[in-house]
Amino acid sequence: MVRRIKSISDPRISLNILSPEDVQRIHTATLDIIESVGVRFPSHKALDIWEAHGATVDRDTMVVKAPGHLIEEALKKAPPVYTLAARDPEQDLPLDGNHVYVGTDGCGVQVIDLETGELRRSRLQDVAEIARVADYVEEIAFHWTPVSAQDCPPHTRSLHEIRVIWENSTKHVQTESIYSEEEARAAVEMAAVIAGGKEELRKRPVLSIMQCTTPPLGQDGGSLEAALVAAEAGLPVGFMTMTSCASTAPATLAGNLVVGNAEVISALALIQLAHPGAPVFYAAAQTAMDLRTGGYTGGGPEDFLFGGATNVLADFYNVPLSMGSFATGAKEPNWQAGVDNSLSTLMACISMSDMLLGVGLLHGSRIWSYEQMLMDCEIFDIVYHMMKGIVVNDETLALDVIRAVGPGGNFLAQKHTKKHMRELWVPQFMDRRPYSEWEKKRDGPRDWAREKARKILATHEPEPLDPKVSAELKRIIASLEK
Amino acid sequence: MGDELFQAMAQSVIDGEVEEAQRLAREALEQGIDPLEAINKGFVVGVNYVGDQYAAGEMFLPDLVLAGEAMKAAVGVLEPELARRGTEREMLGTVVIGTIEGDIHDIGKTLVATMLSTAGFKVYDLGVDVPVPTFVEKAREVGADIVGVSALLTTTMVKQRDVVEALDDAGLRPRVKVIVGGAPVTQGWADEIGADGYSEDAIGAVALAKRLVGAE
Repeated sequence: MVRRIKSISDPRISLNILSPEDVQRIHTATLDIIESVGVRFPSHKALDIWEAHGATVDRDTMVVKAPGHLIEEALKKAPPVYTLAARDPEQDLPLDGNHVYVGTDGCGVQVIDLETGELRRSRLQDVAEIARVADYVEEIAFHWTPVSAQDCPPHTRSLHEIRVIWENSTKHVQTESIYSEEEARAAVEMAAVIAGGKEELRKRPVLSIMQCTTPPLGQDGGSLEAALVAAEAGLPVGFMTMTSCASTAPATLAGNLVVGNAEVISALALIQLAHPGAPVFYAAAQTAMDLRTGGYTGGGPEDFLFGGATNVLADFYNVPLSMGSFATGAKEPNWQAGVDNSLSTLMACISMSDMLLGVGLLHGSRIWSYEQMLMDCEIFDIVYHMMKGIVVNDETLALDVIRAVGPGGNFLAQKHTKKHMRELWVPQFMDRRPYSEWEKKRDGPRDWAREKARKILATHEPEPLDPKVSAELKRIIASLEK
Repeated sequence: MGDELFQAMAQSVIDGEVEEAQRLAREALEQGIDPLEAINKGFVVGVNYVGDQYAAGEMFLPDLVLAGEAMKAAVGVLEPELARRGTEREMLGTVVIGTIEGDIHDIGKTLVATMLSTAGFKVYDLGVDVPVPTFVEKAREVGADIVGVSALLTTTMVKQRDVVEALDDAGLRPRVKVIVGGAPVTQGWADEIGADGYSEDAIGAVALAKRLVGAE
């Protein structure tokens, strides 16, 4: 059965985080950096493209210095609106600025085993099972490769991962684990099999590709070349900066935004220079270094502010945003995870970030937890309800009902109550039971989330992928493994 | 014809339609249907359905309350005929309930009263700010099985003990059971004052009351 997808639209609350003047200053500073300092593009293919368009290229350092007008003109060619296609068209995701979609997080390396509770290395079967649960859960709109299939050969691992996701779900797949041209070509070929041909794929991109930048002010060569291949085939391509205050970016938040922005928009400009009009997106998960350990924090007020601010930048460039949220540094599903993931998600949603990445990982996107996955979905559900805001009209002011009840009565037995009560939020995992009931069982949200994940895995049967298609995907992967 | 009418009665309770429930009760009387049968084969079926749906998480507290209101309204229409025929609805027990003196908090107590009534108890709701002797007098007068005492304040909660002691002094206990509730009340407090039971919410109070009268 194909499941409906819950996404935020028509928001009724908003955020005032960067003024138009602020954005302009960040933009001007970013262009200044790209032009005077430059960004490193360690790929001769990328450097050739830059050179052909008049940028200053240093072949030794591989640093590109591009004039502001070149960047601006290139970015103008990016389509502001497009759709992430799903195996089932009912689950297509229009990136139109009026939707917030949640994906699974990626790419973890360990899994808290759903049956034994032990922490172990991730494998291909985990990717398949997580995809099956994500296929069922309506808060999840699309997939990232959630964990690494470490039992597959390194050079085809990313392809096995997307294959089993397609085999277990009809929802859109976005991969963040392809960083070579060869893998990208195979992935495009696989996506074309799913879509029903290269031209169909261009119309209905069932796969999108997310690459990371290399802060400060750098790109990864393999990632660039993979992105160019994907863009040529019409797959949406995004670049994510994870600039970290005080280590890979200035300690100040505005300075961090400038460095990350320079990385992202220079990469998007490159894609537009190579393939004008190709669908691209901005992606970011900026943070601040932990001042004690030097670690990536995956939470804290700086992350939450970046979560709110980045869509203002993406809107300025008129491209969709994929925003890191839920990315807690907590070691297990606990208070820290709840605080981190609630605030990051709230901020990214209020500013209507198009895609949120993502649910399910702990310890700075390293450890997969099904419990955290489903509890993260509940956090999104809370924010989803908040984004509906407070509707004021005759029906909601309910004067007749207030009159009917009068002082000292109650509203429980009013028809108006019955009519509207289902608009009120009902939790799946929050513990609102009487104390005595809790005292008897001493269980809670984690237990219920675990039970639900087990139940979904035991009962949910995703719309199967045609075995012939599946065999074709395997053949494509095998051809690289010879 | 009767079956259809009974189904409509159950549905009126499920939908919480008070006027519709009353109309169907009148129709039953006009057709000469035994009012006891109308209650047991019609309205009670709806109450049970709502209870089951609530337990399954599909229906909510306002559904229960509205179902209770519809049930009560229907029974109200049928009662004169019940009395005329000399038959009586079999009740699970009789409950006297109120908020203790000095305390005017109403909603929790009223909710418990509604739930008990819907579940099949005869309920006498004394309202709020009820003096201790009034609980005792009413319990004696109606032959109560259970006295429920509500308190929302730590300052009024202490008088729940007075109700227990007054019922002891009047010789009504242990036949009459005392149940206590309210935000500051705990099982520990109930034990300390010698009450017979405590519940944190209205649903639990129904289960408690049934247990105390041996109905479960």
